Amino acid sequence: MAEVLLPRKMEIPNDPSKFGSPDLLHVLAVDDSHVDRKFIERLLRVSSCKVTVVDSATRALQYLGLDVEEKSVGFEDLKVNLIMTDYSMPGMTGYELLKKIKESSAFRQVPVVIMSSENILPRIDRCLEEGAEDFLLKPVKLSDVKRLRDSLMKVEDLSFTKSIQKRELETENVYPVHSQLKRAKI
Amino acid sequence: MDLVQMQKSLQDYTKSLFLEGILDSQFLQLQQLQDESNPDFVSQVVTLFFQDSDRILNDLSLSLDQQVVDFKKVDPHVHQLKGSSSSIGAQRVKNACVVFRSFCEQQNVEACHRCLQQVKQEYYLVKNRLETLFKLEQQIVASGGMIPAVELGF
Repeated sequence: MAEVLLPRKMEIPNDPSKFGSPDLLHVLAVDDSHVDRKFIERLLRVSSCKVTVVDSATRALQYLGLDVEEKSVGFEDLKVNLIMTDYSMPGMTGYELLKKIKESSAFRQVPVVIMSSENILPRIDRCLEEGAEDFLLKPVKLSDVKRLRDSLMKVEDLSFTKSIQKRELETENVYPVHSQLKRAKI
Repeated sequence: MDLVQMQKSLQDYTKSLFLEGILDSQFLQLQQLQDESNPDFVSQVVTLFFQDSDRILNDLSLSLDQQVVDFKKVDPHVHQLKGSSSSIGAQRVKNACVVFRSFCEQQNVEACHRCLQQVKQEYYLVKNRLETLFKLEQQIVASGGMIPAVELGF
């Protein structure tokens, strides 16, 4: 998913790039429902993610810098690690948002997860075919979010680990303990 | 009533809501997301639910009272209500919405009117019960007590 960055100094916990502390997984959540926005935001915060929530696909495109017709490029400096969007939204649907994101050069690599209260197989297939990372049935569970987060961190851990091993360093000393995960009492 | 009695009352009351099917496990998910750093999370989400639902039910009443009912307007409202009630664990409201949607699909106006009444009934019920629940919690907190965690063994 990402290129391997070889850090020059051992300042990794303070490094704001995606190879930094697990706290800095940045998720953009898109949902037109007030209730669901509040809910997904909390799920993500409890899972140690930085969250940006918007109420429509249009606002999501504005946030990403993809709203201007000629610029299918987007804000190159914006770090978004995951986009979670509701499927059924007035105006532009989550599916249409997914397509726009996959067409952009800045954000096509960002995993997009579709959320829906309806378990419609053709819908799920269509989204996965268009490049969605996953399709979650609402209401989304904390375990869903944790699973997503863990798999994203693993991808980054893996490439980072390889670069660290090259320097014969212990990764345990580099990463802080995932203490934030204990906050959710399951 | 002393603190221990209040806490027991709250636990019994909460359990009854689950046993009656008014709330489902999604409500437990909400409670588990509440902690010292976010002590009002559940009541905040539920308040949003009440605000959304009041608005939607009003819109539905208006839509169904039209001479010619536009089901393209009615169905999205019911879908929205189904979604938000599902997100907070208001099981009976959600189930009533499912039935409602099937009659929307059939474009059966009379049945939809009945469904709306049913949804309203279930909504006012859960609203009333949750407001009582929050009052009980407030009394406990005001007396310096902690809200007991819900036991899942029933």
